[in-house]
Amino acid sequence: MPYTPELKNLIKKVEETRPARVERKKKGEEFTGIPVDKRQDILKKYHPDFIAGTRKELKVGASKGYAIAQEYAYILETKSRVDPDKIDLSKVAMETDVLVIGGGGAGNSAALLARENGAKVILATKLRNGDANTMMAEGGIQGASKTWKDSPYYHYLDVLGGGHFVNDPELVYTLVTEAPKALQWLEKLGMIFSKYPDGKLHSMHGGGTSRKRMHYAGDITGAEIMRTVRDEVRNHPEDIKVVEFSPAVELLLDDSGRCVGAVMYNLETEEYFIIKAKAVIMATGGTGRLHIQDFMTTNHYGATGDGLVMSYRAGVPVCFLHTVQYHPTGAVFPEQAEGLLITEKVRGAGANIVNVHGEQFVFEREPRDVEASAIIRECSKDRNNGVPTPTGKFGVWLDAPMIDMLSGEGTVAREFPGKSILFRRYGINISKEPMLIYPTLHYQNGGMEANNKGETKVPGLYMAGEVLGGIHGQNRLMGNSLLDVTVFGRIAGINAAEYIKGFAGNGNLSLDHVKKFNKEVEGAGIKDKVGPMLLPDYSNPDVRKRQLTTEYLGTMR
Amino acid sequence: MKKSNDKETKRNLIPIFLMGKRYDVPDSLTIQKATEYAGYQLIRGCGCRGGICGACGTIYRFPNDSKLYYGLACQTVVESNMYITQIPFFPGNKATYDLEKLEPTESVISDYYPEIFKCMGCNNCTLSCPMDIKVMDYVAMAMAGNIKEAAEMSFDCVMCGLCSARCPAEEVQYNIGIMARRIYGRHVLPKSEHLEERVQQVEEGRYESMLKDLMGMDKDQLRELYIKRQPEPDNVDEMWEPDEKKYL
Ligand SMILES: Cc1cc2nc3c(=O)[nH]c(=O)nc-3n(C[C@H](O)[C@H](O)[C@H](O)COP(=O)(O)OP(=O)(O)OC[C@H]3O[C@@H](n4cnc5c(N)ncnc54)[C@H](O)[C@@H]3O)c2cc1C
Repeated sequence: MPYTPELKNLIKKVEETRPARVERKKKGEEFTGIPVDKRQDILKKYHPDFIAGTRKELKVGASKGYAIAQEYAYILETKSRVDPDKIDLSKVAMETDVLVIGGGGAGNSAALLARENGAKVILATKLRNGDANTMMAEGGIQGASKTWKDSPYYHYLDVLGGGHFVNDPELVYTLVTEAPKALQWLEKLGMIFSKYPDGKLHSMHGGGTSRKRMHYAGDITGAEIMRTVRDEVRNHPEDIKVVEFSPAVELLLDDSGRCVGAVMYNLETEEYFIIKAKAVIMATGGTGRLHIQDFMTTNHYGATGDGLVMSYRAGVPVCFLHTVQYHPTGAVFPEQAEGLLITEKVRGAGANIVNVHGEQFVFEREPRDVEASAIIRECSKDRNNGVPTPTGKFGVWLDAPMIDMLSGEGTVAREFPGKSILFRRYGINISKEPMLIYPTLHYQNGGMEANNKGETKVPGLYMAGEVLGGIHGQNRLMGNSLLDVTVFGRIAGINAAEYIKGFAGNGNLSLDHVKKFNKEVEGAGIKDKVGPMLLPDYSNPDVRKRQLTTEYLGTMR
Repeated sequence: MKKSNDKETKRNLIPIFLMGKRYDVPDSLTIQKATEYAGYQLIRGCGCRGGICGACGTIYRFPNDSKLYYGLACQTVVESNMYITQIPFFPGNKATYDLEKLEPTESVISDYYPEIFKCMGCNNCTLSCPMDIKVMDYVAMAMAGNIKEAAEMSFDCVMCGLCSARCPAEEVQYNIGIMARRIYGRHVLPKSEHLEERVQQVEEGRYESMLKDLMGMDKDQLRELYIKRQPEPDNVDEMWEPDEKKYL
């Protein structure tokens, strides 16, 4: 729906201040940033991570005592969905060298590199291959490719500054030094990067970058990566078998504690089955669909943290899960687009963020957590400068029309075709009208512990992508995630293929770790909680109340 | 920003027909959310919920209207008396190829997809595209060996498959599109020389000692360097250079 008359009136205030703001931008005068040593103050006061009573200490497992968001603790403290004693471990449905769990950027990259290094691969995924957060990424992928102004040294500093200097140094080292190679790999696979006529890559700023280091493919960078790696996977049907609509629900260990496959669940026939492998790569992505603190999310339907749950039961600790990323700019209007991400590139291209009075209140390229906190503060009772929406929420303006004034008529439509079309369908012209935004749940900063080869404490179990924690410290910068899924997906694939060369055959398959974990959960007095979640429940509660069947009868539930 | 709670806002209910069966749903919802409101738990036909993964291609029409309409269920708002069906999957022919060995010749795509010549120009593919892509035109470009146009015109394709579901010539347009784009990206667009140079620099170990230094620093030392780093200004030429060059 187009803007209401009330909102149209408020937009006039944005238009009044716009020419002066554009002038300042042209002169290179920016709104004063929040000094690095003051960042903690605003975070502690306004960032959702710091709201009292929203964290909970884990009562079970390898990271017992660690306090994380309640919603994370909830899924980690569940019992298995299926009674491990009922699973016949002698019936192996499929067998392979490397089992990749998850069909996103990390999973597909891992599958390709494992194959390239001689392994047969099964890629099993919950929905379709490519129904993933990777597909949704718009803004870009970082990498210090510009020899005349940037280097892995500055990239390293930016990653650490963004993460509040607590990132795992080895992981960051690998991220920034492997970045150029990862970009080149994508280029060789035929990904269409936005380029100058001489082949030089276009690049721009993202929040927290000191150099314009974000490369992109129009405004659908993630989709372009995803489509490209997926198409390459599909070019090797003999070596890489793709099994869709089949989430993993448990990892399988053998009696010497190595990871040797997984218990899978067919979402359609509802049967469980076993895939045996010599090594397993976990690439299940993030957790937006847990709706932490009831926030709306940008994530895909299957982002429910299953990989965390399975790996935790197998004994891998979690790390950096105490912080969650809220993207500063999610749509709050119109209702149909709620939660939808408005890429940071819009700010990178020069759009200010302004309040109900048309005033700037924050530099538009602070690191994400700081930016989101400033917006939450502006809409809070402390300031009361939020723009009220028809559904009773508040937001602030993202002033995209500035971009056309800065870089020429038509820039918005050209650089952001996807969002232009989308908003046009709702009767909003983002080249001429600002967008109404508020922070939205976006990214799982932390995850499972692994080293820079993707190896976990459990031999044969590798991590790659958003499920892996530590790279981004307490806050990820835009563009470093598409990079990390490519870098660590590749690395996990290479190392898993290397590992299986020395694999002399597995011992007896076992789910003892699951039985033990179930007992621990019971022992901690936690009842009636099962996981992994697999899909969020958005069905209508009123309909649910009328679904009263108590037993299966024939084919009817 | 809290998740929207259906009960808080007053809702105007309208009838829609899911595979012919009537449900009354709030008029502000997308087809996807309306289906959930009706009581479905989606497994097929629901992916990113943000209009880009192509899982929820949908066809609908209205009573007494001969026209078919197309959209993504997660992007299309319901209207009264919509008759809706989703096409969550459609079998598509996919050629396998070795990208490295391909050359951007006139026949490179039709060699792999000879059925491309069966196109009868009915334009149903274009009419059915939820992304407003001129599908028939890019297929024509691919047929003529114009890789650049085929790639650029198909760039926004989400590969939902509605085009091939509606194609009387049994083409799989979206697979032709991705092949064109990959050939274009690999063999037509000039490769990035600075990227190649940088890969080499990394491999030669140019950054090893400076990075090892950073890795050994404590928070305060890092913070100091972080604050001192020189930001590239917004509105400068691509070839802007920083003052400090020893870490490049
Ligand atoms: C809207 C949006 C915009 C973004 N923009 C950017 C950006 O501009 N730049 C950037 O760098 N990053 C961006 N990100 C972040 C980035 O896209 C993700 O962090 C990254 O793509 C994650 O990749 P992944 O392969 O780890 O996970 P995903 O791509 O999410 O893939 C995980 C896969 O695992 C599957 N899966 C889940 N559970 C199971 C299970 N139990 N069994 C089997 N399979 C399972 C899922 O279905 C999915 O296919 C964005 C994210 C979103 C949501």
